[in-house]
Amino acid sequence: MSKAGGQITNLISPNWQRDRVVPPTGFTAILTVFTSAVMAFLIVFSLALSIAASRLAGQWGEALALSTTLKISVSSELMDKQVAKALKILRTTPGIESATVLSVSEKRRLLEPWFGPEIPVELLPLPALINIQEDRSGYDAESLRLRLVANVPSAVLDNHKRWRRPLVISGQRLSVLGVFSMLLMTGTSGAMITLAARASMSANAQVISVLRLIGATDTYIASAFMRRFTLRALVGSTIGTASAASIIYLFFNEGQAQPSILTDFGFQSTEWLWLILIPPFFGTFSLLVTWRAAQNVLRGLT
Amino acid sequence: MIEFKGASYSYTGGELLQNMSLKIASGAFYFITGPSGSGKTTFLKMCYGSLIPNTGELRLFGQDVQTLSRDDIAMVRRKIGLVHQDCQFLEHLTVRENIALPLSVSGQERFDDNMNLKELLAWVGLKGRAGAMPAELSGGERQRAALARAIIMSPDIILADEPTGNIDWEMSQRLLQLLIELNKMGKTILLASHDLSLIRLAKSQIQARVLRITNKRIQLAGADL
Repeated sequence: MSKAGGQITNLISPNWQRDRVVPPTGFTAILTVFTSAVMAFLIVFSLALSIAASRLAGQWGEALALSTTLKISVSSELMDKQVAKALKILRTTPGIESATVLSVSEKRRLLEPWFGPEIPVELLPLPALINIQEDRSGYDAESLRLRLVANVPSAVLDNHKRWRRPLVISGQRLSVLGVFSMLLMTGTSGAMITLAARASMSANAQVISVLRLIGATDTYIASAFMRRFTLRALVGSTIGTASAASIIYLFFNEGQAQPSILTDFGFQSTEWLWLILIPPFFGTFSLLVTWRAAQNVLRGLT
Repeated sequence: MIEFKGASYSYTGGELLQNMSLKIASGAFYFITGPSGSGKTTFLKMCYGSLIPNTGELRLFGQDVQTLSRDDIAMVRRKIGLVHQDCQFLEHLTVRENIALPLSVSGQERFDDNMNLKELLAWVGLKGRAGAMPAELSGGERQRAALARAIIMSPDIILADEPTGNIDWEMSQRLLQLLIELNKMGKTILLASHDLSLIRLAKSQIQARVLRITNKRIQLAGADL
């Protein structure tokens, strides 16, 4: 095995006596556990936000990309005739998979969030709405528009692009913001753990001095501190992750009819598996930053 | 094993040791003596690679100390047993664990069944104190524990810096007897002390050499000691 390989093996392999050379108490122990717990807690929420935003952006994009709405606003006497004409045109247009008129109950569901469940939709002079589903090849919107203008002058074709694009972009930006927040929190955790490791090593300069006198290498000393901090980071991040996961499961896990960033916040099915990665990630990250801090401190101590 | 060739050492305040040339003979017993502040501790620190001469050459076990990395020096120290006046211990570990620490450092994890450790504890008179914490030991016991830790790896050379400085005469004699026994086993001993009666006591039993540091120079003392 190479020298570097041997050093890495020494660093990560358990050695109960080496691990005991660092005094087990001190404020850095609490600081590391607390920081890791809080940061892991916040990272879980950022992850939930990021995943929910990404999921919603995808859903909105997919659902709206292939759907168009045709709105017909005429008097009730002419409505049925105009709707029938429109449907005939739509069903003979290449690229359109289906065209269905929204029923009264569907209209009621659309208006329910604003006016409540008791609204008498059938008595209101609402326009007729036809939901058009494109097939993968799509249809020629301009040609369809011209045919509709000629036969159903009151029809308005809305392919939702006007409001769909900013919605999808917002969702994507929110997702990126969540990832950026996670990076910031990881960086802050790294800085805090580095500070704690440096403080711990400075406070234990006497221990380091004794170890050096009896022939301890820098790898031996650094690994004793690293393993201690890695274990604390693992414990802290596990507590933080479990707490955040419990809160999300209990308070944000109810299925909602209307998908939105608030009601869809949280994890679904396999998305929960992401949480398993957080404590090992924290442990590995802590191992690396403590190693670097230890090397710097040991270089400064004679 | 330790060889100085025209070596000098300066602190920022000025030169402390000047143009030292000497070779530590294997199996010998040396006293390093001189007034306080003369450089006894500095000399010993150079002997275990904690300080490096500013000029001249110092070779530890055949290796030029100037060319050694920190880890190389750590390896050299495993061949040297160190006993300090303030005998530093890890206060959160027991006496047994402190004594066995060099075994852990050198990669020998299990020491509970190590016969050397049990025999060693009995030899230094700490058999019943193995489970005690360092803070519970008397000054003499701490020094003997430090000696046990220094020799558990069976080093070729033992460096002791004023080990009797904080203990009474009876305990000093006991510690000296242990060092003499080690010397008779073939170990090289370098003992820094300004206690002339201790030096005389040792010289009455063995062929001890005395290196005196005065006026920044180290020289072999005559028969006056």
